[in-house]
Amino acid sequence: MKRRHSLASIALGGLALCGVVGLVLAAETLTQPGQQTDSAQGVKAPATTEDPAVARGRYVAIAGDCAACHTDPHQGKPFAGGYALQTPFGTLLASNITSDKNTGIGAWTEAEFTRAVREGKGRHGENLYPAMPYNAYVKVSDQDMHDLWAYMQTVPAVDNKVVSNQLPFPFNIRLMMMGWNLLFFDKTPIVPVASASAQINRGAYLVQGLGHCAACHTAKNFLGGDKGGAFLQGGELEGWHAPEITGNPAVGIGGWTPAQVVQYLKTSSNDVAVASGPMAEAVTNSTQHMTDDDLQAIAAYLQSLPGSDTAKAQPLAASDPVMQRGANVYSANCAACHNSDGKGINQLAAGFGNNPGVQAVNAQSLMTTVLQGGRGAVTLDNPTSGAMPSFAWKLSDEQVAATLTYIRNSWGNAAPAVTAKQVADTRKDLKLPAQLSIH
Amino acid sequence: MANVRPKADAVIVGLGWCGSLMAEELTRAGLNVVAIERGPWFETSTDFPPSVDTDELRWDTRRSMLLPPAIETTTFRNNRSQTALPTRDWSLNELGYNVGGSGTHWAGMAWRFLPFDFEPYSFTLKRYGKQQITEGLIVQDWGVSYDDLEPFYERFEKIAGVSGKAGVLNGQKIDGANIFEGNRKSEFPLPPLATTRLTDLFTDGSKKLGLHPFMVPAGQASQAYTNPLGVRMGPCTYCGYCLYYGCGNFSKSSPNACVIPALMQRSNFTVLTESAVLRATLAEDGKTATGVTYLDRNKKEWEQPADIVIFSAFQMQNVRLLLLSKIGKPYNPETREGVVGRAYSFQTVSGANLFFEDEQLNQYIGAGALSAQVDDYNGDNFDHTGKGFIGGAGILVVARGARPIGNADAVPPGTPRWGSEWKKAYTHAFQNGTFIFNQGTSFSHDECYLDLDPEYKDANGDPLIRVTFDYNENDRRMARFTEDRAVEIGKAMGAKIVNGFDSAAVNYGPYLPASDHTIGGAVMGLDPKTSVLNRYQQSWDVHNVFVLGASSFPNNAGYNPTSTIGALSLWTAKAIIDQYLGKRGPLVEVPA
Repeated sequence: MKRRHSLASIALGGLALCGVVGLVLAAETLTQPGQQTDSAQGVKAPATTEDPAVARGRYVAIAGDCAACHTDPHQGKPFAGGYALQTPFGTLLASNITSDKNTGIGAWTEAEFTRAVREGKGRHGENLYPAMPYNAYVKVSDQDMHDLWAYMQTVPAVDNKVVSNQLPFPFNIRLMMMGWNLLFFDKTPIVPVASASAQINRGAYLVQGLGHCAACHTAKNFLGGDKGGAFLQGGELEGWHAPEITGNPAVGIGGWTPAQVVQYLKTSSNDVAVASGPMAEAVTNSTQHMTDDDLQAIAAYLQSLPGSDTAKAQPLAASDPVMQRGANVYSANCAACHNSDGKGINQLAAGFGNNPGVQAVNAQSLMTTVLQGGRGAVTLDNPTSGAMPSFAWKLSDEQVAATLTYIRNSWGNAAPAVTAKQVADTRKDLKLPAQLSIH
Repeated sequence: MANVRPKADAVIVGLGWCGSLMAEELTRAGLNVVAIERGPWFETSTDFPPSVDTDELRWDTRRSMLLPPAIETTTFRNNRSQTALPTRDWSLNELGYNVGGSGTHWAGMAWRFLPFDFEPYSFTLKRYGKQQITEGLIVQDWGVSYDDLEPFYERFEKIAGVSGKAGVLNGQKIDGANIFEGNRKSEFPLPPLATTRLTDLFTDGSKKLGLHPFMVPAGQASQAYTNPLGVRMGPCTYCGYCLYYGCGNFSKSSPNACVIPALMQRSNFTVLTESAVLRATLAEDGKTATGVTYLDRNKKEWEQPADIVIFSAFQMQNVRLLLLSKIGKPYNPETREGVVGRAYSFQTVSGANLFFEDEQLNQYIGAGALSAQVDDYNGDNFDHTGKGFIGGAGILVVARGARPIGNADAVPPGTPRWGSEWKKAYTHAFQNGTFIFNQGTSFSHDECYLDLDPEYKDANGDPLIRVTFDYNENDRRMARFTEDRAVEIGKAMGAKIVNGFDSAAVNYGPYLPASDHTIGGAVMGLDPKTSVLNRYQQSWDVHNVFVLGASSFPNNAGYNPTSTIGALSLWTAKAIIDQYLGKRGPLVEVPA
């Protein structure tokens, strides 16, 4: 198993990729811009005498993005829980996993902790819900679990009592998860593939396990389990479509260079895509802090997956009336940032040409972003990251549909048209206002 | 009984350009900084995205981004024989009222002042002798030279993403650029903005007269840019909605676009918005400030204790805060003693209105600082012998974009005010009407000053600032001289109608916005008898109080002030970090 890097080399790697422009040394005491004492919520810069297991464990927690759920983004203390996860079955509140003995996991043993993370069993043997992605974390190695436990014990105790199970009847009956686990919980630990390189194996380990990418990027069946044969070929969640992230060149990331994949994960954007929506948090809290080697391994593994057989469609003709309407709306409303050539502004506004996310068969993310607006992930490298205003008040359903159809079929793109009805449904689901009437 | 916040290493009053640059420097040096801003938080994509930016009525006509006079205003009179009255309508005092301050809505003209502007007394004495200075004119050196500030100008320009071309680079004069500027050690971070028909006409016309035109350095990014703080800017789209508007494209230099995204990532920085500082609180012996008192958005009174107090609240408010905090001796125009409120100045404007016959100026294209200028008649760039004045003006054309409401009156004299003739002239003027603007120096006078109004108060019961100001004879002579130059250039450009105008020919008034650059009142200098601050913008009287802004300028140059304000803020930040933190005392000994 590949050696994990100490936090010191992570911090250095992060700084090196900050893209620091040469500074004018007007003051001799200038430090590197972007240098932080806290790199993510709950993660403090290590003291030099720190136990190396704790340092490794902190990295495991970053890679696993525990903070994504267990730290409430609304001023919550690190890992103190309380964050409400909206699932298709109701609400769950993430638990308090600080070292508090009464309301956190301070009184747990390492074995209990490991069983919870990898087997989905609570302290008293009760079933956890797979909103906690134990079905991915089952792949985490013994060494990583041990280091993670060492780190979790150093997380400052926070007194915050959380009752996680807020699901309505009958989903609140944990015993029901027994059936779900039988159907969908594959407990086989990860086995390195002998014919693949160490890099690909490391990537597989990170993606299938700690990264739990399938939680969003794999479609779910009606019971909430992963659809068979659809690994990382795209999934839906709460008004977003998480695109296919396999090597498929049409709708996956097969057309990107490995460097583009790494740059996206490290800085929140490359010259084409900008991480926004639910992915923004994953970049800000997790992937931007991972080592270059690990990000390259993830890129290599993802691009090695053949993925779906979705091929590139035939683009709609530019003369099509919907395309012409879309072109008009685009030039008046979108071109200022996304440019008349669809190239956007590097690391500020997404480029559209040959953008796999833009060409996904499911256009949900596009509709949500246009109607609701969006915010690029903020990283140490890119504190601005760009943001997209809401257009719900300004554009009608027909205009949004035409514009998205135009974007999806221009500059080398080809994808199914977006209908006004789809836009209207999205507007309704997001509870956004109708276009301002013109009186 | 006031509520008290935890003590900060430094409290910054007003989070505009000065405040955010200072906060960035101090937090990076490890200090725990609290900024208190009277206005609300602004977010580019929510508050002024391109989808709502291009709304002249909202942002320009109705000044939606500016501080409303109802919240705070000034009273005004031309001289002491009059009673000052409040300025109740929009006026030439265009203050910000948001995180970002005026830096969010400014036009973006990013100038370095001339070496002369910092040492006008020494330069004038040397070249012309004392007799060149008219009676009562306040002409004094700042205590810093252009060379002192050069590296800080460079840093500001890099942070702001200024687009331009160096005219004097490491001693070398460069043709086609501003050969009169102070010596630069490096090029601008971005190339100049593209020219327009108007700037081309001006360039050709002024060249014919043997002058040296150049594109004005612009706080609009000419291409995509990443500044030293890692912040991204987008390329300007020349949309023409710049001054009074926020930039939804991340293209206009502003604290919001250039500093605040990096600043907000720092755990040792806090900003309290919609909170109005009333005054600094002083220790019993009056030698240090202990912090500030402010009202939160529910009008509850709070104390913010701090070891260092920075006033960076715009020129007028800085002076007001000093007076209300009782820091420094207020100026008495009768005895000519005291310093707070003394040396208030403005900008002296003249120029020429131009109407071409058959041009295509395409004035829907524009950017705030998209301009061509000649500096041949600015500062001390020409021989003033026998002319009876000092100073001069930058002479420029402004391709800032024309808009329907604002242009309604921009028709040739004699045009009917309504009807088909007006419509014809109005349409024609969109492609043919423009003006040459002389942005002139402004020197203060013993009779011109700021103090607290004896009668009018704000909603909290604190007196408003009273402005006593009019143009002086020196500046009036300069305005007439440069008006004639503008007329010459207008004719050389081939305009059919050229009408000179001179804002200084009449009394100054707040509703006659010749310019919006309001200057001085808490000036920096070498002598505490004629300045409020020493050369590091540190109060002579209360050593842990620093004041940043145009309030520090003892005189105004023939330029917009922002880059100089930014450079001085960075200069003071370095002094605080390198010298003050170790010393905690006056950085300059009071001269004997």
